Formats: sequence, structure tokens, C-alpha cells
Amino acid sequence: MRFLTAGSVDDGKSTLIGRLLHDSGGVYEDELASLQKLPSVNGFKFDPSHITDGLKAEREQGITIDVAYRYFSTPRRKFIIADTPGHEQYTRNMVTGASNADVAVLLVDARKGILIQTRRHAYIAWLLGIRNIIVAVNKMDLVGFDPEVFARIRQSFMEFASPMQLQEIEFIPISALEGDNVIAPSGKMPWYEGRPLLETLESIQIHENDSSATFRFPVQMVIRSGQDFRGYAGTIASGDLRPNAEVLALPSGRQAIIDRILNYKEDLDHAFAPMSVIVSLRQHLDLGRGDMLCDPRRAPAPSKRFRAKLIWMSTLPMKVNEPYLLRHTTQMACMSVVKLLHKINLDTLSQIQADSLQCNEIGEAEIETHKPILCDPYTVNKTCGSFIVVHPISNATLAAGIISDPLAEDTALLSAFPAPAARNGDSQGIIVWITGLSGSGKTTICKAVHTELLARGIRVEMLDGDIIRKHLSRDLGFSKAERDENIRRIGFVAHLLTRNGVVALVSAISPYRAVRDEIRATMGRFLEVFVNAPLEVCERRDPKGLYKRARAGEVRGFTGIDDPYEPPLSPGVECRTDLESEKESVDKVLMAILKAIQ
Amino acid sequence: MGNHNLSHLDALEAESIYILREAAAEFSRPALLYSIGKDSSVMLRLAQKSFYPAPIPFPFLHIDTTYKFREMIEFRDRTCSELGVKLIVHTNHEAIAMGANPFRLGPSKCCALLKTKALLDSLSQNGIDAAIGGARRDEEKSRAKERIFSFRDAFGQWDPKNQRPELWNLYNSRIDKGQSVRVFPLSNWTELDVWEYIRREEIPVVPLYFAKEREVVVRGDKLIIPEHGGERLSSDRTEVIRCRMRSLGCSHCSGAIRSEADSISRIIDELKAIRRSERENRLIDHDQEGSMELKKREGYF
Ligand SMILES: Nc1nc2c(ncn2[C@@H]2O[C@H](COP(=O)(O)OP(=O)(O)O)[C@@H](O)[C@H]2O)c(=O)[nH]1
Repeated sequence: MRFLTAGSVDDGKSTLIGRLLHDSGGVYEDELASLQKLPSVNGFKFDPSHITDGLKAEREQGITIDVAYRYFSTPRRKFIIADTPGHEQYTRNMVTGASNADVAVLLVDARKGILIQTRRHAYIAWLLGIRNIIVAVNKMDLVGFDPEVFARIRQSFMEFASPMQLQEIEFIPISALEGDNVIAPSGKMPWYEGRPLLETLESIQIHENDSSATFRFPVQMVIRSGQDFRGYAGTIASGDLRPNAEVLALPSGRQAIIDRILNYKEDLDHAFAPMSVIVSLRQHLDLGRGDMLCDPRRAPAPSKRFRAKLIWMSTLPMKVNEPYLLRHTTQMACMSVVKLLHKINLDTLSQIQADSLQCNEIGEAEIETHKPILCDPYTVNKTCGSFIVVHPISNATLAAGIISDPLAEDTALLSAFPAPAARNGDSQGIIVWITGLSGSGKTTICKAVHTELLARGIRVEMLDGDIIRKHLSRDLGFSKAERDENIRRIGFVAHLLTRNGVVALVSAISPYRAVRDEIRATMGRFLEVFVNAPLEVCERRDPKGLYKRARAGEVRGFTGIDDPYEPPLSPGVECRTDLESEKESVDKVLMAILKAIQ
Repeated sequence: MGNHNLSHLDALEAESIYILREAAAEFSRPALLYSIGKDSSVMLRLAQKSFYPAPIPFPFLHIDTTYKFREMIEFRDRTCSELGVKLIVHTNHEAIAMGANPFRLGPSKCCALLKTKALLDSLSQNGIDAAIGGARRDEEKSRAKERIFSFRDAFGQWDPKNQRPELWNLYNSRIDKGQSVRVFPLSNWTELDVWEYIRREEIPVVPLYFAKEREVVVRGDKLIIPEHGGERLSSDRTEVIRCRMRSLGCSHCSGAIRSEADSISRIIDELKAIRRSERENRLIDHDQEGSMELKKREGYF
């Protein structure tokens, strides 16, 4: 059983854990010996909190910075404790600990009562789906073991928590330092009739692995072996599975029958969450990482727009319409926050208007992704209802996301775009993204590669930036936002083509690295081709006379002149058109494509 | 339908397999750091299970300090050739040629050169972007804080105060060129879990883990199995003692414990009764307060 301990700083979390570990025999003698070298507190022979504060900085500052995991067992249960920090600035580490816990033990200092951090932690625990909460009212020794104090704290917590539907809240008066009601009942609080903490933890029922839950299986990777074995590896997120079951593959929308369920060298006739298995299908479907097998009668809603609670964890505030990446089950997608609906006042749980989220704030937002996400509400399915937000450039984890509601209008999307069945012998599609300055030679290379592919009987289409701008993106100008939008549109069309086994040759200046990376990150098969010629060379060539006009100030925001071009950091192919012949460049690109699609 | 529950070991196994597959799927050049001990043996089995019937899709990397026990090296070579895994062995020959050994340099410096430096060098030489290690959070206090996907900067260093939040089982594997990630599939296992799994799965381990009579050097309360010569203190005594290794490292710096446990089941019984920590007999961990954390920041496993 996994539980977390939370509460405000100095409420006694570390002390309590130290006490639990020590009194249940989970601390080794040599560890204890090294602890006893440290100064003693309040006349006790050691400070139990030193058992857990593991980082030097933590011991120096006397606070807990990051989650520490601790392990102990009793004859009845094995426990994993996530000891989480109390400081507000480390709330994100508390969220880390809470995301995998079944039970929360919230500490309250009997002298101080419910503090803002207590509320914050209670709410976060609840938000993350923890329905069993134990409120441990600590330091009862400092209030003379007074039942009145305990009753008052209980009362005020209940008032605060009533809007959250908690399955079970237990209140236990303890002294972590002295060990009262931790392992054994306390003689000093005869008025308390409940069980001590450890016994409570041992007997809590956790409602998990309910196999009547709907089947969900995000594909982690494809396993191939020999001539004909093709299996899909993954961890069952919910529900259960047997051979011969019918499943629906998303996002393709195709149905299939389960052939085998493998667990190493044995075949299983039944598998359930959270087992990690490999399944094979009777039909040949071309699934990959990020796809999902699910119950055909109750499929998740593929949504490009949904509502979610965001727990913001970065010092970089959340911005509306900023490009972010979203990681959901085993897939990545580009996302942005379209609208912040409100943020939560953690003191009162009321909603307040806001247009940005700061670090450690929680808000409800409308999210848009540029490809459909196979989601369920978090309360129904934790795996399919959770995501993280990642910064596309710094790669930092910015936020935790909890899906409240897939927006209905988008659920029709899947049926609007059912993927056509693959025909035998069809090659797979790929996006070939040709980027470079105006005049670098993109169009020339693109056309030549097009001809070569056609000659080999490969289905191919060209998406030329200039042509797209005359049609699909007629409404767009050349600001950064508009350029990015143009690229996203091209990416979208290219993606549709690749689903049909087409090689999509995109030739567009696409000057900004972030949006190219964004598209690359969300497309399975993507080849970036950097057509590289120095600016002077391009300017000398000036096939459309644009550089001259830009220099004359007639064209503004021209890439290379008064707008930046950000070259790819590690392109799949680089063509130096000032140094190599056209044929050399074309052959390089062609080889890379043929290698990728065979 | 009702509820099904996985046993404790099955749940740990499922989680570890998920982690190994994430590492294989998300990185271009993962490698498994194979240190020949019991945790590595468990990881090896989990890696087989993760991809079977396909072979393990990444190489194993062993940092050989040349001070490892002979039995370990034999075991490593036999295991890898039997299972057909690709093994990369890396040694900091330069340092050894210059005479690096724990007597001259002390265990900290010796470890820094022969382990940490060797590890970082081999990761960069082989372009490895994800190093999968067998560390467990129950081993040591600073490890208790480690993420499952633990980010390392371009110098292989760990910044414990600024770790990426890690939510659910959604591991953020995005890195830039030169940066890398350490992946710890056994994070949530305890020493006892490891042995119970070894028993259940009948996983072979190095015979040094089993008690038998061995000639050892007794130094204070430490028992050292002499292998690579090395210095003797005047107070050292040589004795024949029934003992075993609880944790395997270099012969000079890992001590044996007195034990009667000559089978896996007896090891498990011994562990349940034992009151001392696993790494107690690793000299290196006790060099100074917080020494494991310092080494980890620099890139040590
Ligand atoms: N008198 C008394 N002091 C306690 C008790 N529990 C914790 N403390 C003290 O409260 C302080 C903060 O405890 P600590 O465990 O570090 O709090 P944390 O920040 O929540 O981990 C320390 O000085 C502890 O010794 C208790 O039950 N009684």
C-alpha cells in the first residue's frame, strides 16, 4: 500500500515517519548509530526525523525539499511511504508524491490547527483521486492531550472538506515524538476510542484494480520476432482481457480480435490491470506507440479540446495560447491553453477569475491539442485522464493535468476522419519536412525527389509553402504567430496524408525551430531536411527578387533579413546546396526516405 | 467480475517492465548498467521479460574497475554469452596505469576515477542517452529521493534540489543533445523483494552471496576477502570464517558478513531477522556524512 504524508512545515511529518519506521523495526542498527551522533531533541535519545531527511541541503536547512520514499512492512502489509515537503514552494514535490498514493496521512499541529498548507494538501490529495484521508492531529503532548483541542480541529477540517466527497476521513490524536497512538494505543488519551495509526493503515480497504472497469491498453511499443510475430507491449491501464476478446484500436477506429496474451514464456488466458503484457491480434493492424486498444462498446472520446485542472509547477507562469507539449499515456502532442476558466482559492475552495497561473496554483482550463487525445475523465480512469505539460524548448515539466471533461463537440472527430484500411503492399507514409532560407533550393530538391518517388511507384504529395499560402492559409500574414499557425496547418494536412500511406513532401521556409520541433514531436514518422546555403548565396540567387525588395524595405519581416531563421539542431539530412551538386542533394534525401519507408 | 489483485512481487514486476519499455521506446541509445550483483541479475530477468520473444534491445555496460572479484567476472561473461546480450566493458585504463587503487588514493578518490569517471566517459563515448541502473530507493537516504527517470545535465551531474516533478507514470524523457537520463526500474523494490523474486524466478546469482568457509582478512569489525593483494595493516588477522557477501563491489571495499545462509531461502530468513543495513559494509558510503549524495551529484550511480 502506498501512502503519503503531508501537512505544513514542522507539523511533524518526518518525525512521524521516523517513529513509524523505528517502532516497526524498519531502521537498521547502523543507521540508528549514525543518527545518534546527531544532537538529541527534547531529551529523547534521537530525533526520528533525521531518518528521512536524506539530502544534505535538507539537513542543513532543517526542512524537507523533495519527496523521500521509505519502505517498511508489518506482518499484515507492505508499505511505501512518500514523505512529501510542507513548504509551499515545494508543493510540486508534494504533488509528485500524491500522484501514486492510495492514502494520505495529513498532519496537523495540535497547537496551530488547520493551516493553509493543510488545506492545500487535502485538496490536492483529493484532486489526485485519493479518497482515503487520515488526519493525524500531532503534538498532542504539547496541548496536554486535551480532547477539546482534538474535537475543534476535527470540526474545522470537516467544514472545510465537506465539498470534497471523501470516502473515509479518520481523525487520530497522536504524538509523533513520543509515539502515542502511532503503533500502540496511548495510555495518555483514554478518551480516544479509535485505533492507532498503524492499525488504521493496515486495515484500510483500497478500491483498486476493479476489473469491471472499462478495458484500456495504451500501446507502449511494438515487439517483432521472427517472420510473423508482431505483438504490442503495454501495461493494462484498466479492466481485463482474454484471448478472443474483441477490441477497438484507436485512433484508427479498426476492430480486431485478441489472439494471444503473452507474459514472458507463458501465454495467459486472463490478464488485468496493472499487468504488463504483450498482446497479438488476429488481424494485421499497423499499430504503434501512442495508439490504444480498448473496449469497443465503451471507447474513450478522442478529443482535441477538453477541460482539465492544471496544477502549475513551474516558476514560468502559464500563458494562454503559448505552445506547450502534452504527454498523455504513451503519446506526445502539441497543446495550448485556450482559456483559463478560473483558478481555485485554496483557502475557501472558491473559484476566482484569472488569466494566468503562477507556480503552485491550481486552475481549470480549456486545453486544445493539435491531434486527438484518447481521454477519459480522471475520476473514471486515472491513466487516461492524466497528463503532464512539458516546455517545448527547456523540456521542463510545467504542470500536472487532470482531465475533467472531454468537450462533446469533438467526439465526432474520429468518425469524421476514419482512417482508410491499409492495402497490402502499401508503403507507410512519412512527413519529409524541407526547411531552409528562401532561395536555398528547397523547391528544386522537393520537385526532383517527387519525380524520383513517383518513378518508383510510391504515393507522394507535395505541400509547397508558397502554394499553401495562396489557398489554405490565405488569411495569414507573416507575424510569428501567423507563421506558426501556417506551419501547423501544413503539418495537419501532411499528417492526414501520411495516414493514407502517402509520403508528404513539405517545402516551406518554416523559420522557427520550436514549431518544427512541435510537429516532429507529435508525428510518428518525420524526416527533417535542412537545405542549407549561406544567406549571401541565397541573396545572390534571389530567384523571386524578394531579397532585393526586402533590402529596399518594401517587404518587412523577411526571413534572413529582418526576421530570424533558426536552423535545425540535428536534421535528418542536410544539403549544402552551395557546395554539392543538385543530384548529390537529391540522392541523399531520396535514400533517407526510402530507408525510412521500406 | 470482481476484483483481482496482483501479488506484491507481481505488481513490482509489472511496474519495472513498464519502466524498462519506456526507456527502450523513448531513447535512441539506452544501455543497461550491469554490475553483476543481485539487483543486476533481477534487472536482467526483467529486461528479458519486457521484450520476449524479441531479444533485449539494448546493450549491457559494465564498468570494470579491475578490482572486482574473479567470481563476478566469470559470472558476467558466462551469463552474457549464454543469453546472447551485447556486453560493453569499460575500464579507466589510464588511471589504472597511473596506479589508481584504493590504498593509495583512498576509496573516495579511487571510486571517482574508476567508477564515476569511467562511467561518464563510457556513456559519452557510446553516445548513451539513457543509462538504466539497478539502484533501489531503500538502499540509502539520498537514493530515497531519486526520481525513476532522473535527469542528468551535459556533465552527467544530478541536481537534487531541482528535480523534474514526476507524476503518475508519465515520465518526461525529453532531453537535449549531450544530456542524459538515468532510469531506475527497481526504485520501489526492497532488498527483501529482490531476494524473494530471485527465489521465485530461480535467477542465478554470483556464488559469493552464499555462505561458506572463506579465508578472510579481519580488520576491526570488517571481514575482507583478499583477492587483489593489497596492503595489510599490522593489526590485520587472517582467519577462516563462514561468511557471505551481502552487497557486491570491489574486493577491497566490500566487506563480507558472518553468515550461515547458504541458500536463497536461508538468505531470506536471515534478512528478515537482520538488524543492519545492506550497504554498511561498503566502505565508500561512509567516507563522510552525505557522501553518497555527493558522489551521485557528480555522476556516480
Ligand atoms: N512535542 C512534540 N514535538 C514534535 C512532535 N512531532 C514533531 N515534533 C517536533 O516538531 C518539529 C518539526 O518536526 P518535523 O518532523 O521536522 O516536521 P516536518 O517539517 O513536518 O517534517 C521538530 O522539532 C520535532 O521534534 C510531537 O508529537 N510532539
